[in-house]
Amino acid sequence: MTLGLLDQRAEFLEPFVDDRGPAIAPLTASATCPTNPRREREKLATLELSNVRKAYGETLVLDDVSLAMEAREFVAFLGPSGSGKSTLLRIIAGLERADGGEVRIDGERIDQKPPGERGVAMVFQHYALYPHMTVRENMAFGLRNAKVPKEEIEARVAEAARVLEIESQLDKKPGQMSGGQRQRVAIGRAIVKHPKLFLLDEPLSNLDAALRMRTRVELAQLRQRVEAAFIMVTHDQAEAMTLADRIVVMNDRRIQQVGAPMEIYSRPANTFVARFVGSPAMALAPASLVESDGGFARVRLGSGAEVETRVRRGRLPAEGALQLGLRPEMVSVTPSGGGTADAKVVLLERLGERTLVYAHLPDGQQITAEDKGDSRLRVGDTVGLAIDGAAAHLFGPDGAGHHAEAAA
Amino acid sequence: MNAARDWRGLLFVAPFLALYSLILIFPLFRGMWLSLNRVDLFGDGHFVGAGNYIRLANDPVFATALANTFKVTLMIVPVLTLLALLLALALNNAGRGAALIRGIFFSSAVLSVTIVTLIWRFVLAPDAGLLGELWTSLGWEPLAFLSDPDLVLPAIAITTLWWSLGLPMLLFLAGLQQIPQDMYEAAALDNASRWRTFWRITVPSLRRTIVLVVMLQTAAQLQLFGQAQLMTGGGPSGASRTAVLFLFETAFGRWELGYASAAAEILFLIILAVTLTQYWATGRATGAQGAH
Repeated sequence: MTLGLLDQRAEFLEPFVDDRGPAIAPLTASATCPTNPRREREKLATLELSNVRKAYGETLVLDDVSLAMEAREFVAFLGPSGSGKSTLLRIIAGLERADGGEVRIDGERIDQKPPGERGVAMVFQHYALYPHMTVRENMAFGLRNAKVPKEEIEARVAEAARVLEIESQLDKKPGQMSGGQRQRVAIGRAIVKHPKLFLLDEPLSNLDAALRMRTRVELAQLRQRVEAAFIMVTHDQAEAMTLADRIVVMNDRRIQQVGAPMEIYSRPANTFVARFVGSPAMALAPASLVESDGGFARVRLGSGAEVETRVRRGRLPAEGALQLGLRPEMVSVTPSGGGTADAKVVLLERLGERTLVYAHLPDGQQITAEDKGDSRLRVGDTVGLAIDGAAAHLFGPDGAGHHAEAAA
Repeated sequence: MNAARDWRGLLFVAPFLALYSLILIFPLFRGMWLSLNRVDLFGDGHFVGAGNYIRLANDPVFATALANTFKVTLMIVPVLTLLALLLALALNNAGRGAALIRGIFFSSAVLSVTIVTLIWRFVLAPDAGLLGELWTSLGWEPLAFLSDPDLVLPAIAITTLWWSLGLPMLLFLAGLQQIPQDMYEAAALDNASRWRTFWRITVPSLRRTIVLVVMLQTAAQLQLFGQAQLMTGGGPSGASRTAVLFLFETAFGRWELGYASAAAEILFLIILAVTLTQYWATGRATGAQGAH
C-alpha cells in the first residue's frame, strides 16, 4: 500500500479516523514492527522535564515545571502570550539554557548538550529556511553537518520530499515558494533528521485559514507515519484540541493542567483553564452555598436564582466564595419566567447551526446561553435561562475546579 | 486631461530637474566637449578632435598615475572589506562596550582628509614620528615611508584604511542585523559548527552588502586624491601620483583644461567598467548558485 499524503487528501472529510494505522509504513527504519509501535514502547518516556526554572534577570518565566511525555505522544503546549510555553520549547531545543532543573530524552540527560546533539528537530514559526540554499540543500544541511553518508542523505531527502509532495520543488529556493510550500520544507528539514522528538513552534500561525486547516490534517497524518514524539506550541485551542494526545495548559510561568483534550475541556483544573479553553469562554458567576438535601451542592447566584449542581458538597472547601462555571451548552433559552432566572439579551452571535446568546442577569452577571440556529431572539429581549446544574462546574476561592459527578 | 496632469506633475519635479541639469548634466557634457578641445582658462580654445586622447595614450606620466591608482586601490579594497567585516562581526552585539567601540571606529570617518593626513604624517615621519620612534626603540633604522618610492603607496593605503573603515563597518553591521536570529537557531539545531555557520549562513546572507562595499570602495579609491596631494604631493618623483592628482595638476597647475578633461573622461570610463564588471560577475555567481 503506498499512502502518500496525496492519496489521502481525497479523504480529508474524515481525516482523523485513520483506522489503517498499522498498515501505513512508518518513516523511520527503526520502526519496522508490524503492529502498533506505540503500545510496545509505552513504558519508555521520550521526554522528561523535572523542576525546570528560567528567569530573565529578575523576571521569572518558568517556575518549577515538570512533565513526562510518553513515547510517540503528541503534546501541545497551550497558553496565552507570555505564559512561558515558547521558552519551555526553546529550553528543550537547547536554544535557551534553563537556570535549574533537568531535561531528559529517552532517559539521557540533554540539557547540557548543544542543540544539534539532542536528537530533536524543530519547525520554526517563521520557518527559518536558509534563503540562499535550495530546498534540497536546506534539508541536507543538518545531515551533512552530522557527517551522514551522501547516499543516505539523498535517500532521506527523497523520502521526505515524497511524503511531503515537494519532489518537484527540490531545486527551488525558499524565496520562490508559497508559504504553505515553505512550511513543508521546514517540516521536511526536521523529518530527514529522524529525530526522537519534533518541536513545532506555532507551526500553523503563518498560514491562511484554509491552508491552516489542511496543514493541521497533514500534521495529524504525518504523526502517524513518524516514529517520534511531538511537542507543539500554540495559542490556538482548536489546534491543540484536534492534534494533541495531551494538552499542557500553561499560564503565568506554570503548568496549569495536563490532560487529554476532552478532560481539559470537561474537567478544567482551575478558573484559568476553564476560561482559556472553550469558545466562547465559560461564564463564571459568583455563587454561595445554600442548604440542600442530599450530598450535592446547591448554590445561589447574586441575582437570587438557585442552581442544583452535581458537585459533591463534601468536596468543596468549608468556607470562602464560590464561582459557578457555565459553558453555553449548559444554558438554554426559555420564555421569560420559565427558566432558572430571567435575563436581558445584550448580544447575539448567529453561527448557523446554533446561536450564542450573551445575556445579563438582573444583577449584571453575564451568562452565555445557546439557542437554535434560527432563533427569533433580538437584542434587548428578556428571556428565561434554563441552567443545567447537573453539568455545571464549581470553583473554590483558590480557583480550583470541582466537577459534577457522572450520573449513575 | 491626461496631458494636463502630466504637465502639472512636471512642475513638481522641475526645481530638482533644473538644479540637477545645472550642476550635473551640463558639466558632464561640457566636460566631454572640453576633452575634445585644446582649452586654457582664458578664451574658448579650439577643437582638436581626439588629439587630447592620443596625447594621453603616449603620456608616461599619465600611465604611471593610472598604474599607481590601480595599485593603491588593490591595496585598500580587499583589506578594507575584510577588516570592516571582521570588526562588524566582533562588534555585532548589544553590549554597551561594543556600542562605544563602534563609535570610536566610526569616529575617524568624520574627520576631514586634512586632519587625517596631518595625523598620519606625524605617525609616519621617520625622525620624530610614532612609527619612527618605535623602530628606533627596537634598534632598527626608521623607515622613510613618505620618501621611499616602494613604501609611499602602502603608507597612503594604511592612512586610507584607517580613515575609511567606519562606513563599510556600519554597512556590515546593518547587514548582520538583517539576518534573522532564527536562522542561526536553525543552524544550531542542524549541528553546524561556528565556522560552517559563518561560511554557509553569515557570508551568503551578507553577499549583497559585500558587493556593495566592494563596489563603493573601488569607485572611491580609484578617485583617491586628498591623501596623496596632502601627504606627498605625488612624490617622490611621481611614485604616489594618482589619476585624480594628475588631472588636478594638469587642470589647475598647468591650466590645460581640455587635456585634464580627457583624462577625467578616461578615469570615468574605467570606474564605470570596473564597477559594472563587479556587478555583472557577482550577479552571474548568484545565478549559477541558483541553477546548480
